[in-house]
Amino acid sequence: MSSASIKAVSGNTAAALGAALCRPDLIAAYPITPQSSVIEYLAGMIANGQLDSTMIQVESEHSAMSVVQGAAAAGGRVFTATSAQGLALMYEPYFRMSTLRLPMVMAVACREMTSPETIWSGQQDAMSVREAGWIQIHVENNQEILDMLLQGCRLSEDREILLPVNVCYDGFFLSHLYERVAIPAAEKADEYLSGSAPQDPMLDPQDLRSLDPLTPGNILIKYRQNHLAALQKTLNKLEEVDTRFQQVFGHSWGGAVEEYRCQDADYILLTIGSMTGTARVAVDLARERGLKVGLLKVRCMRPFPAEKIAAALAGKKAWAAADRSVSFGWNSGSLYSEALACAPKAAPHFSIIGGLGGTDISLGELSQMIDRLGAGQFSDGETLWLEKKI
Amino acid sequence: MKEIRMHGRGGQGVVKSAQVIVQTVVGDHKYAHFIPFFGVERKGSPVYGFLRLDDQDIRLKCQVYEPDILMIFDDTLLSLPQTFDGFKAGGTIILNTCVNRQAVKLPTTARRVALVDATGLALSRLGRNIPNTAMLGAFAKVCDQVNWESLKKQIAASFGEKNVEAAQAAYEAVAVS
Repeated sequence: MSSASIKAVSGNTAAALGAALCRPDLIAAYPITPQSSVIEYLAGMIANGQLDSTMIQVESEHSAMSVVQGAAAAGGRVFTATSAQGLALMYEPYFRMSTLRLPMVMAVACREMTSPETIWSGQQDAMSVREAGWIQIHVENNQEILDMLLQGCRLSEDREILLPVNVCYDGFFLSHLYERVAIPAAEKADEYLSGSAPQDPMLDPQDLRSLDPLTPGNILIKYRQNHLAALQKTLNKLEEVDTRFQQVFGHSWGGAVEEYRCQDADYILLTIGSMTGTARVAVDLARERGLKVGLLKVRCMRPFPAEKIAAALAGKKAWAAADRSVSFGWNSGSLYSEALACAPKAAPHFSIIGGLGGTDISLGELSQMIDRLGAGQFSDGETLWLEKKI
Repeated sequence: MKEIRMHGRGGQGVVKSAQVIVQTVVGDHKYAHFIPFFGVERKGSPVYGFLRLDDQDIRLKCQVYEPDILMIFDDTLLSLPQTFDGFKAGGTIILNTCVNRQAVKLPTTARRVALVDATGLALSRLGRNIPNTAMLGAFAKVCDQVNWESLKKQIAASFGEKNVEAAQAAYEAVAVS
């Protein structure tokens, strides 16, 4: 990556830089903690002449998504970012964005959902919209935020996919984390994205037509079938855009999941988001203690990489999944309840819930969970909470 | 890896000074990261953050529980139990205070203590009570993971020359015992 510049930046700046490298035609957003500085940074780039893009200030997230939707339907490459209550307010046009098969990348600086009132970290926001038809990628560090903005752009605009992508990163633990990031040169990003283009215009004042007319169920069901088929294609397509990324930038992230020391492992810990970095260290320490544990980083929550997860868990003695969100319906974490649907039936398992409302998921806590996994100190199917002193 | 926990009060520039350290270290082709802890966002309330320095990629994305170095921007924070929570025996304490070593009560497990009147230096050099750049000078004196010349350049780029003067004055005035 000789042409990259190495800088210390926050996760939000990494997201803004990644978005800018995609050269969006239009950006619309409404401020919300912890996302706000993404849009502030982009507004600064436009004001300084570093980015040629139209910034539209809107009065709400519902409007932000509606504006970018119109621009995407008119053939523009668009960007927005949000968190938590903002994502919730956006839901109506958010759902329509994917069902209209409009490509875009949106950054989500993940935040706990209110109530109780909170502004801090948690993945409940992203998990709450996982049945809205978007592709949902979760990342581990600031480099991966920037890189997945670029990969997401190429993925979403692929003519076999044509779906919007969320790049989700933990609020504060990444959005406000300062760390080293290699920022690629604009020409390199252009090279990576060459041949990729937004959706062909559906809205054109010279060629008037009706967009999204009332559609009877016998046709609508075809739309759903095609949408689901495109999402399934995403699992392989994610590897394709990553291979191309490797060719241009010299590093890659893997596809829908990444295995870390899984090959000879007896036990597997599934992770999602920034906790993965800490969990890698916990796995290394457990290995030094003689415990054969591996880590499965779930990068793609939607579509859910069921086959890959089943394959990684095949023949293992036990597994656990760590979540920064809850599944209200299943008395467990969200990733856990989904992994359960595809995991081999024989191996016992448990759910770990921690990091809610901005609390930390510490190295000590993950090490303790790994030790319980290895020692069989859990009841099959139970949920263990990483509770903090009050 | 060196783990550093920073304690201060809202408005003292704790986050900004940590960012300057990370920028300096990354600029010198090494690794550093900083995770701020956000509580209530108001001037004067206790704030803290977690800084790590290493020669290789830092994978941890969690808080610091056993700091090698404590950087305390305000001596009124010494009475809070969490200030010294998990402080590693043999570690270093950098404290902004205008009193001497005998007058401050610090853990006896500390190997090195660096006292500096960062507030006084900030007031005299900057005319404002923002002690963060003076604290950086004291920090550079006791932490050899950060290059002092690079740090001064970064302070100049981020805050201007007057802040370099405050940092230089602290570097010279800090009492290390």
